[in-house]
Amino acid sequence: MKSESEHQQQTQADTSHQSENKAADIQQEVGATIGQPFVKQPKMQARHVDVFYGEKQAIYDVSLDLGKNEVVALIGPSGCGKSTFLRCMNRMNDTIPICRVSGMITLDDEDIYAEDMDPVLLRARVGMVFQKPNPFPKSIYDNVAYGARLHGLAFNKAELDEIVITSLQKAGLFDEVRDRLHEPGTGLSGGQQQRLCIARTIAVSPEVILMDEPASALDPIATAIIEELIDELRQNYTIAIVTHSMQQAARVSQRTAYFHLGKLVEIGATNQIFTNPLHELTENYITGRFG
Amino acid sequence: MNNTELIKKGLAKRYRREKRFRAYGLMAILAGFIFLFVLVTDIVIKATPAFTQHWIKLEVNFNPEILDVGKKAGIDELKQANYNLLAKKSIRSLFPEVKKRRDKSKLAAMLSSSAEYQLRDMLLAEPYLLGQQQTVWVLADDDVDTYYKTDDKSKAVRLNDKQKIWADTLAADGRVSKRLNTTLFTNGDSREPEQAGIRGAATGSFYTILVTLLLSFPLGVAAAIYLEEFAPRNRWVDLIEVNINNLAAVPSIVFGLLGLAVFINYFGLPRSAPLVGGLVLTLMTLPTIIIASRSAIKAVPPSIRQAALGIGASRTQTVFQHVLPLAMPGILTGTIIGLAQALGETAPLLMIGMVAFIVDIPHGFLDSATVLPVQIYLWADSPERAFVAKTSAAILVLLLFLVVMNGLAVLLRKKFERRW
Repeated sequence: MKSESEHQQQTQADTSHQSENKAADIQQEVGATIGQPFVKQPKMQARHVDVFYGEKQAIYDVSLDLGKNEVVALIGPSGCGKSTFLRCMNRMNDTIPICRVSGMITLDDEDIYAEDMDPVLLRARVGMVFQKPNPFPKSIYDNVAYGARLHGLAFNKAELDEIVITSLQKAGLFDEVRDRLHEPGTGLSGGQQQRLCIARTIAVSPEVILMDEPASALDPIATAIIEELIDELRQNYTIAIVTHSMQQAARVSQRTAYFHLGKLVEIGATNQIFTNPLHELTENYITGRFG
Repeated sequence: MNNTELIKKGLAKRYRREKRFRAYGLMAILAGFIFLFVLVTDIVIKATPAFTQHWIKLEVNFNPEILDVGKKAGIDELKQANYNLLAKKSIRSLFPEVKKRRDKSKLAAMLSSSAEYQLRDMLLAEPYLLGQQQTVWVLADDDVDTYYKTDDKSKAVRLNDKQKIWADTLAADGRVSKRLNTTLFTNGDSREPEQAGIRGAATGSFYTILVTLLLSFPLGVAAAIYLEEFAPRNRWVDLIEVNINNLAAVPSIVFGLLGLAVFINYFGLPRSAPLVGGLVLTLMTLPTIIIASRSAIKAVPPSIRQAALGIGASRTQTVFQHVLPLAMPGILTGTIIGLAQALGETAPLLMIGMVAFIVDIPHGFLDSATVLPVQIYLWADSPERAFVAKTSAAILVLLLFLVVMNGLAVLLRKKFERRW
């Protein structure tokens, strides 16, 4: 990775430069990313990603890694492009006709935007949990079994049962729905629905899980359960989570990335970002001065 | 004056406006109900006479001499026999005093022309009746039927005074009976009102609508899915969309002209055929189904699509496993509305010859046929008084068809409806 070393040099240069003129205007300040965008054991790597919606550019030259078994939180004010970036990681943006992605994103060193990468296979490997719980209007069982059936992961009823039950257990929902697996998933409470969606995602055994504000529509108790769950899921999966809650980012993630106006401003270890941000914009955001 | 007072001052006015608006709504619904009630009541009252028919009891002597056949005549000879005379003689025998030629023919005219065929069928079925005397109920002519059904006898102007007396005598002798009119449901069209039925038109409508359903539903839904879920956003697709919306507003007779030019003149399909009728109505119904299906598909929350795609369903799987089932109630409603519209359509069918006078009941998609609304139009146009009631009866049957279809739509909706 030749571009990577260049990028790092640039980043360091920018860090020193940045401390000198803090008062410069914001647009200039959002230069190259500062912090540590790259890790030793990357699961997914994004390099120089630009995203355009028609003529409008939504993401500017974002490069970062998602490490194995780590939770990366993407934070930033509304409209900063963090959700857009997340949706590039499993090519959900393909469904938007005017959306164009350039740069490179890899999963285990495979280019996910390569000609021979099948988006269907990619999305089975990189699962996604959405902001609003969106269970199918089917039974709880069918919701979780859907992916397994779709990809032919189970060869008989017993195997399918096994997948459904383990997934529900991993999502911490099984004990609550044990007796009503065949009732509609839409009859659950909001928090339960979101855990059902997580169970549905992990039923296809993805390698990476992308979460787009998974707890923003939930009450604090349901949120706490989801957060605990994310921490447990880290043992087996690589997770990227978009969140508006700074506390949530601080609680669940190992690394945090701060986006501003489509640019990745700063990325680093979560405790460093929250205790000692390097960039003024990051500091302003996490101390609640704007955003 | 503070804010609370200001708001209070306006409140009364706001509530008044709300009340007024509710009253308007209630009035609108009430007006609709009244119109519907008047319409249906009027049709039912007018149609009632059409559901009964008067029959006349005759003593028929299957005399070989009258029939002009040999005493041991075989089936072939019996087929050629003079049943017209037999029917005439039978009624004349009830009124031996009638001698004048003119009166005799007036007397015979009181029987339906179907009487001779009824007698023929009877004898052909049971040839041993030849030479025997039988009591037979035959259909009365429509003018006699109308006379019996009219309360104010002076209004029944189609019978002359002598005929009225004969009719009264028959009734007084207990030779007249009022029965349920099954002819209406078993026969095709006829010039004679008492023999005319709507089975031909109903069957024609059934075949035509079946063709329309089989073609327009899959085509319409496929087009809607493609336009909504797969089509790229470009100028061509925009053009197609505008055209589909415009097509929905094209007068239906234009589709008839198109069908005449394309299906009959160019492809050489037969005239008056339910197949061609169905094709024309398909053209007319497609825009309705496409527009309704598109809005139903559009109404499916995008979150469901994202959920399916996010798990790794392909676009086709997403559409067929998730979007389509959720859009189905809306699609079905649109389809039924389109078909109901097609069922009541007359103008385009006139152009392709489905307005012809067709007595036979169609037995396939290529037989000559007419449809219920055209039958209504034809009957409404006929001079015979008895057709007035028939027209209303046919309207009732058409309405029944529509009610059944709408009921089906409600049932299907209930079946496919899911909550989320």
